[in-house]
Amino acid sequence: MNRSAIDLWVGVFVVIGFVALIFLALRVGNLASFSAGQTYQIQAKFSNIGGLKVRGPVKSAGVVVGRVVDIRFDNETYEAVVLMDIEQSYQFPRDTTAKILTSGILGEQYIGLEAGGDAKMLATGERLRLTQSAVVLENLISQFLFNKAAEEKPAAK
Amino acid sequence: MPEHPIVEIRNVSFGYDPARPVLRDIDLAIARGSVVGIMGQSGCGKTTLLRVIMGALAPTRGEARVLGHATRSLDRDGLYAMRRKMGMLFQFGALFTDLSVFENVAFPMREHGRLPEELVHDLVMLKLQAVGLRGAAHLRPTELSGGMARRVALARSIALDPHLILYDEPFTGLDPISFGVIVRLIRELNDSLGATSVIVTHDVQEALGVVDYVHFMADGRVIAQGTPDDIRASPHPFVNQFVNGRPDGPVPFHYPAPEYGADLAAA
Amino acid sequence: MPRLDALRGQLERLGAAASSQVWRLGYASRFLGYLVLHSGTALRRFRLTVAEIYFAGVLSLVIILVSGLFVGMVLGLQGYETLQRFGASESLGVLVALSLVRELGPVVAGLLFASRAGSAITAEIGLMKATEQLSAMEMMAVDPVARVVAPRFWGGVISMPLLAALFSAMGVFGGYLVGVQLIGVDPGAFWSQMQAAVDVRNDILNGVYKSVVFGIAVTWIAVFEGYDAVPTAEGVSRATTRTVVTSSLAILALDFVMTALMFTGTEK
Repeated sequence: MNRSAIDLWVGVFVVIGFVALIFLALRVGNLASFSAGQTYQIQAKFSNIGGLKVRGPVKSAGVVVGRVVDIRFDNETYEAVVLMDIEQSYQFPRDTTAKILTSGILGEQYIGLEAGGDAKMLATGERLRLTQSAVVLENLISQFLFNKAAEEKPAAK
Repeated sequence: MPEHPIVEIRNVSFGYDPARPVLRDIDLAIARGSVVGIMGQSGCGKTTLLRVIMGALAPTRGEARVLGHATRSLDRDGLYAMRRKMGMLFQFGALFTDLSVFENVAFPMREHGRLPEELVHDLVMLKLQAVGLRGAAHLRPTELSGGMARRVALARSIALDPHLILYDEPFTGLDPISFGVIVRLIRELNDSLGATSVIVTHDVQEALGVVDYVHFMADGRVIAQGTPDDIRASPHPFVNQFVNGRPDGPVPFHYPAPEYGADLAAA
Repeated sequence: MPRLDALRGQLERLGAAASSQVWRLGYASRFLGYLVLHSGTALRRFRLTVAEIYFAGVLSLVIILVSGLFVGMVLGLQGYETLQRFGASESLGVLVALSLVRELGPVVAGLLFASRAGSAITAEIGLMKATEQLSAMEMMAVDPVARVVAPRFWGGVISMPLLAALFSAMGVFGGYLVGVQLIGVDPGAFWSQMQAAVDVRNDILNGVYKSVVFGIAVTWIAVFEGYDAVPTAEGVSRATTRTVVTSSLAILALDFVMTALMFTGTEK
């Protein structure tokens, strides 16, 4: 094995190693779908975020328009504060509603944005006024049972 | 005591374990330009003494001065500077198996000098010619016989024209012809380089034919010293047994054992 | 009481063995520190390190690529077998990719690297020690740690993450071959669900960090065992065995620690 052959093979090795890394990042991972685009940050407050996680998607009409970047707790209003980065190319009116929805029946939770009709658009740092919190299963069940009990009472009379 | 000895060992004691010294109170000096033998039975401490001279071991007591420096006072850089003026031939050559003969001899030149490659090439050829192996420059160490490997190692050890050349058991396992070659080379190289050679060996008869002076060791001490003739005529019983190769004497034939009759009866 | 004495003797031996291992770890750490400090030669004369990347990395390519392919294919088969029972066979891509990128890539590639390249490095250095080549180098005023050990260390550290990435990539390809081509899972679902679920920062990058840590651990153990080996044939063989065993255990232990740190407790 002479020197130049060794150099050649090591070069090939390093190249294919990096190609493998790039393959993993682009084709296997999500680097391509959400890369360094310009984004602006907005926030929204919810009384219950349910199972929403940081890095969860922000969708509008089913299309991913941004990501959740941070979830905090407001100790004065006792509400959850969610910060999200929205792609610069998508502008939303100031009266847009943010809802916490579930993907499928038992899937991961995400933020869905429904555009309002305001002429003015949201700027960086502004807060969405209209929000709908996550549906919590236990509350749903107890509500159902309560409704059921209320129905039976007049019937029993 | 020779004047301005190149190696001076004064009251040196050494032991890996302080309770069991390998060298006890050694006192010797080596004159410049001479070929000196350090001889003795296996395990008498001669290889350890060589390591002390090399600077690989620091004496637990006493002082070893080599090429004018006390080895104990040298830091790593000082030690390396001293070793650049020394060459050592290891017992089986210790050639670098991943390099060719040429590259082995060129190794010290390339590591230490900024010599241009053409000069390195010529110097390597010079050294290989001196040991008679210029035609083998392209071979690999695995393709060499034992004698040839040792000659290449010798060429490598004189690559930087050292002042002091150390030989660790250079005659072990050689056939008579290779033997004669090594003997001739030790003498010739020493004289042509103006260097001093120290040979550690237990091949008595052969060594006595090539050295100028002998230090005879046993059990960590120097028990006799002198010219080859002095040693051959030495009255010391151990030296006598060793030089004449007698199977029994101060070094007994039988390893210490209980009484013979008792041992047989026990079975 | 003889029984109590025997017990005490055993405990003493155990204690001595444990403390000697701790001492050895300290010695190995000092060796690593010395090695890193004297890596100047390995980096200035990069040719030496390049040669070691060849011996550690390029010569491991065959076993890594083939094993990666087979592991990916098995994941495809086993994964499909289980997922389709829950009607979730379209998530096969997710299963294969996450298993490989997070765990199997770094760990299995690390184990293979330890047994192929790690043992070779230990044997080489150990044999050089046994044939007095390291001493000869010292005698020629060349530091054997800088000249022989450091290039092998950096060669291994550089090779390992590349090999792990290649293993994972081959595995994903193997899973694709089995899942999509052989079994018939929809390729669109295979790749899109995978891309949605595999996060570059959390999953892939963490896998890369693991492979870097494993590379350092395995190569450190390999060069240390070689340098510290008893300079006889038996000593070298024992050192080689120790390299493979210790490296494998280190990889599995480090994997647990790193997984606990990286992949849990990230909920928000």
